[in-house]
Amino acid sequence: MISLAGRDILHGWGKFVFTGIGLGLLIGVTLSMAGIYRGMVDDAEVLLDNSGADLWAVQKDTLGPYAEPSNLADDLYRSLQTLPGVARAANVTYLTMQVSPLTDDPATGDPNARARRAMVVGVVPGGFGEPGQPESLVAGRHLTRGHYEAVADISTGFRLGEQLRIRRHAYRVVGLTRRAVSSGGDPMVFIPLKDAQEAQFLKDNDAIVAQRRRSAANPAFNRPGQPQVLDAVLAAQTQSNSVNAILVRLTPHAYPDQVAADIRRWKHLSVYTRAEMNEILQAKLIATSARQIFMFLVILSVVSAAIVAFIIYTLTLGKIREIAVLKLIGTRNRTIAGMILQQAIGLGVIGFIVGKTVATLWAPVFPKYVLLLPGDAARGFLIVVIICVLASLVAIRAALRVDPAEAIGG
Amino acid sequence: MAELMTERAQGIRIEGLRKRYGRGDTAVDALRGVDMAVAPGEVVGLVGPSGSGKSTLLKCLGAVIEPSGGRMTLGDTSIYDEGWRIPDLRALRRDKIGFVFQAPYLIPFLDVTDNVALLPMLAGRPNGESRERARELLAALDVAHRARAMPSQLSGGEQQRVAIARALVNRPPVILADEPTAPLDSERALAVIRILNRMARQYQTAVIVVTHDEKIIPTFERIYHIRDGRTHEEAGEGRGLE
Ligand SMILES: Nc1ncnc2c1ncn2[C@@H]1O[C@H](COP(=O)(O)OP(=O)(O)OP(=O)(O)O)[C@@H](O)[C@H]1O
Ligand SMILES: [Mg+2]
Repeated sequence: MISLAGRDILHGWGKFVFTGIGLGLLIGVTLSMAGIYRGMVDDAEVLLDNSGADLWAVQKDTLGPYAEPSNLADDLYRSLQTLPGVARAANVTYLTMQVSPLTDDPATGDPNARARRAMVVGVVPGGFGEPGQPESLVAGRHLTRGHYEAVADISTGFRLGEQLRIRRHAYRVVGLTRRAVSSGGDPMVFIPLKDAQEAQFLKDNDAIVAQRRRSAANPAFNRPGQPQVLDAVLAAQTQSNSVNAILVRLTPHAYPDQVAADIRRWKHLSVYTRAEMNEILQAKLIATSARQIFMFLVILSVVSAAIVAFIIYTLTLGKIREIAVLKLIGTRNRTIAGMILQQAIGLGVIGFIVGKTVATLWAPVFPKYVLLLPGDAARGFLIVVIICVLASLVAIRAALRVDPAEAIGG
Repeated sequence: MAELMTERAQGIRIEGLRKRYGRGDTAVDALRGVDMAVAPGEVVGLVGPSGSGKSTLLKCLGAVIEPSGGRMTLGDTSIYDEGWRIPDLRALRRDKIGFVFQAPYLIPFLDVTDNVALLPMLAGRPNGESRERARELLAALDVAHRARAMPSQLSGGEQQRVAIARALVNRPPVILADEPTAPLDSERALAVIRILNRMARQYQTAVIVVTHDEKIIPTFERIYHIRDGRTHEEAGEGRGLE
């Protein structure tokens, strides 16, 4: 027996291929949407991976540092380090802000042309290997000096040796990392902790001057004969002693839940394990976007199904005469249904190949990370096939209703 | 095979065949007792005015509509006797009856050979053997040189010959042709009738040709006239055979 579906497709391949390409673009969009979701999940995972922490200690009763603001005293980490099971504890600050190159853009002369949002991470200089530090650099070196150096993610577009402006200060890029991103997909820029604290908590010059004037005018601070009191107050006001979180790395055999419970009890902090942190990121930061994307996936599936159904139905109606003849000369219903089904699946296969190809081709062009998982592709293929099968049912019904007597005519 | 021979030996017999469409007030008695007999190797004409029941008779014989009463026999096999006597009408159509229509109705996405070979393939014969049979018939019908062409690339007459090859390929004891020459000019129409006669004799097939076509009516040796659902047999002029 020959494949009737195959012969029909070959005979009218132009129609098939063009329809398949149209469907393929739609499937490509669908796969990309799924890829965007996977990218967000992966960004969150990467963020947690890159932090190198087993536990996150944050301000009591907050979901910090990624999902909510959190402030801690920057000397607390010392006491955490003494707890059993803790290998390292390191201060870290996170702040998403505008980072721009100091030099004007050579093409446009506009200093803001290459400015971009980045997650500025404050880490202890010289502490590489400790939690929170940038990992495996692709170029340059780690932060070693206490001030005005930066390690930037390569996706910021900043170059080694270039100077960046963050708030009031300029920072020289001494190293580049790859795939260091926030959960929102913003690239990271690592700077020394002290600078980051200042950037985060420091007021602008006018505000400082005004505050100094106010403090000097306050007799409680400015006591006659005791000028050192005012100096201390002013120093305390202009300095920041806060960080956003303490990243804790455990000793090899420690139980994360046990250590977390200890920290909660003794230090009055909120502590999250890796699994809990992941849950926070997924549930608080990604969940809404995920539902949004899921809605799109549903709509795209319905649209694809409608297109396949319509095309297959039209193709079948165009063959009513031939189907009547096939039935008259003794073709089984099963054979005719099989022919239509195979064509629908054929259309789906062409569509899927086109879709997978274009999704792969255009993934790098997306501004945020698009992660195309083979598992998603396999699931997508299965769904496409199921949709095609369902969509062909209407056409099959129409074909089975054809009366072989129609072939004989009046 | 013995069964086939006896079928061939006795051709088609129709006795008192009736067909009523619908019921109640709107019922139409399209056939009111048709009697007909066609011997193997014989080609008979079936003529009659419009609405007289010609297509209805072919549809009953072709087992695509059910008669309301009477008897139909192929060879010594009763296929209808106040009810179907054959369980698988689809197989009956595939194996025992060849159809030729006014338009050739070839399958547009199959080439000429496969259009013909499709029937034996549907009956479960291997592709090679089916195509071999198809090629044999195409040669007998003078269209072997177009064997690889698609139907849309053939002339009307060539298409009709391919359709005849398709009707013959399963060596059915019966061929039913509904106005097979209508779209053809008189020369081609006569050629088609000649071919049907030759094939009928060669394969001992009983052929019924429904026609309005004045050009070919004189070629039949026997003609059934059908009027108001009843048949009247008449001797034809029997000219134009070969
Ligand atoms: N499906 C049907 N339902 C009801 N009546 C029908 C049906 N098919 C045919 N008839 C009626 O049966 C009668 C015979 O019809 P039939 O098609 O057999 O005529 P015919 O001899 O083939 O005519 P023509 O030469 O015009 O093709 C006509 O009166 C027709 O109206
Ligand atoms: Mg008719």
